[in-house]
Amino acid sequence: MGGIIIGVLEQGFIYGIMALGVYITYKILDFPDLTTDGSFPAGAALTAVMITSGFNPYLTLIVSFIFGMFIGALTGIIHVKFKVRDLLSGIIMMTALYSINLRIAGKANVPLFSQETVFDNGFLSGIMPESLASYQTVIIAFILTVIAKILLDAYLKTKSGFLLRAVGDNETLVTSLAKDIGIVKITGLAIANGLIALSGSIMCQQQRFFDASMGTGTVVIGLASVIIGTNVFKNLTLMKATTAVIIGSVVYKGCVAFAIGCGMSSTDLKLVTAALFLIILIVTMDRKKKVKKNA
Amino acid sequence: MLELKGIDKYYNIGTINEMCLFDGFDLTIDDGQFVSVVGSNGSGKTSMLNIICGSIDTDGGRIVMNGQDITNKKEFKRYDDIGRVYQDPSMGTCPAMTILENMAIADNKGKSYNLRLGIQKSRIDYYKELLSRLNLGLEDKLHVKVGALSGGQRQAMSLLMATMTPIKFLILDEHTAALDPKTADIIMELTDAVVKEKKLTTVMVTHNLRYAVEYGNRLIMMHKGNIVLDKAGNEKKNIKVDDILDIFNEISIECGN
Repeated sequence: MGGIIIGVLEQGFIYGIMALGVYITYKILDFPDLTTDGSFPAGAALTAVMITSGFNPYLTLIVSFIFGMFIGALTGIIHVKFKVRDLLSGIIMMTALYSINLRIAGKANVPLFSQETVFDNGFLSGIMPESLASYQTVIIAFILTVIAKILLDAYLKTKSGFLLRAVGDNETLVTSLAKDIGIVKITGLAIANGLIALSGSIMCQQQRFFDASMGTGTVVIGLASVIIGTNVFKNLTLMKATTAVIIGSVVYKGCVAFAIGCGMSSTDLKLVTAALFLIILIVTMDRKKKVKKNA
Repeated sequence: MLELKGIDKYYNIGTINEMCLFDGFDLTIDDGQFVSVVGSNGSGKTSMLNIICGSIDTDGGRIVMNGQDITNKKEFKRYDDIGRVYQDPSMGTCPAMTILENMAIADNKGKSYNLRLGIQKSRIDYYKELLSRLNLGLEDKLHVKVGALSGGQRQAMSLLMATMTPIKFLILDEHTAALDPKTADIIMELTDAVVKEKKLTTVMVTHNLRYAVEYGNRLIMMHKGNIVLDKAGNEKKNIKVDDILDIFNEISIECGN
């Protein structure tokens, strides 16, 4: 039982970083971004290759984030400059990335054997007390998630962050401020996919392998986390939306673990993922197109 | 100075519903003029504002602002010199952001939206002072989301935000139309005060003939894409609401209404 809870927390925190990215696109920008299913494994592919080539595991986090930003910017450019619909821009990138990820990784499955990762390296075993050894992964996952959350919160308080929030809220105002809404959208998509690829990088190091199909359904997990988080905790004004989204991710992973625990086979995982998402949509009534209720 | 030279504008080109709104439309607005524009629905008032701001494209003609041809300038770039308040109070503010955040984002217009803190603490007192001039008590609600304010309060903020930074032109698109008569009066007085204080060249589209007569120093009436009445200076001062109504009725009779 304890092992299951630890597993849920590990996965919940790591996917929580991805959910922060989905929060930017879905809630702030009102952009249903399917690039997620491609950028998550892209971070993982890059990480697997870098680690097996002997690079520092911490460096992979930064490189994955930057690679994700590049991917997100491309989705944004397809949407803004070539006027392709938001959903289609994401589908194009997601499809292309499947092949690109295979190119990067070289094959469909790259295992990490004894290489050092952010969860397990010489430096950590030097400072981590023996008694906490079994909690090491969950502690690291928690710290990384909190860092990502704090950085995102800080960004949303900057002038650039204000503009990002304003674009999702009222595009007309941003135009009136003499700013190009297209550039702001591209920036937002870049940051979101940066976070998603970072999450993929951490996931790859936690499960110690890259798999070409590991991205399938990522966006569903992200949306479910965002909707659980923002709906369950919407009345708690003191809790930031970013915190709520991470908790939503943990709750969602808990629900999936519970369903699997109730006798579903692990091959049913994606079915459980999708069915749970549907239930969440129906229960929270979030399925209606987000109406500007504040308008 | 703002000049529209020989503007052509067609709607639904190539369809059976093709409609010509403007055919060689000319208008010159001198610096410091406060122009009230009246006219029936479909007369081209709002289209004219959208053409000035670049929200819609023209099919011919040139738009010249302070001697510079801006016909092909992108919409968002034109707003460097233009402030605009819309009919819908929710268009000028961000409902999910607080009053303070809205003030801060408007205050930064014309500067870079970089990674510095969005709210500069040193500016908060200045925002409070600006808000207190509205006499709506907004200065005590800095952390309230703008979405929770009434239409009148939001429109007052929209006006404040549109005119906070140095601009040359103010575009008012029926900005009192969605408000109750009393609130509309308050917003109109605020508008007049800010236009005089900042010496803004202003174009105001309105359906309220009383405002058109009382405020501003030039009055234009439009009909089917043409200017049918254009009075400035003393001629404008002597005009009465009834005079405009008479012309309105004449036009309507011509149309067979």
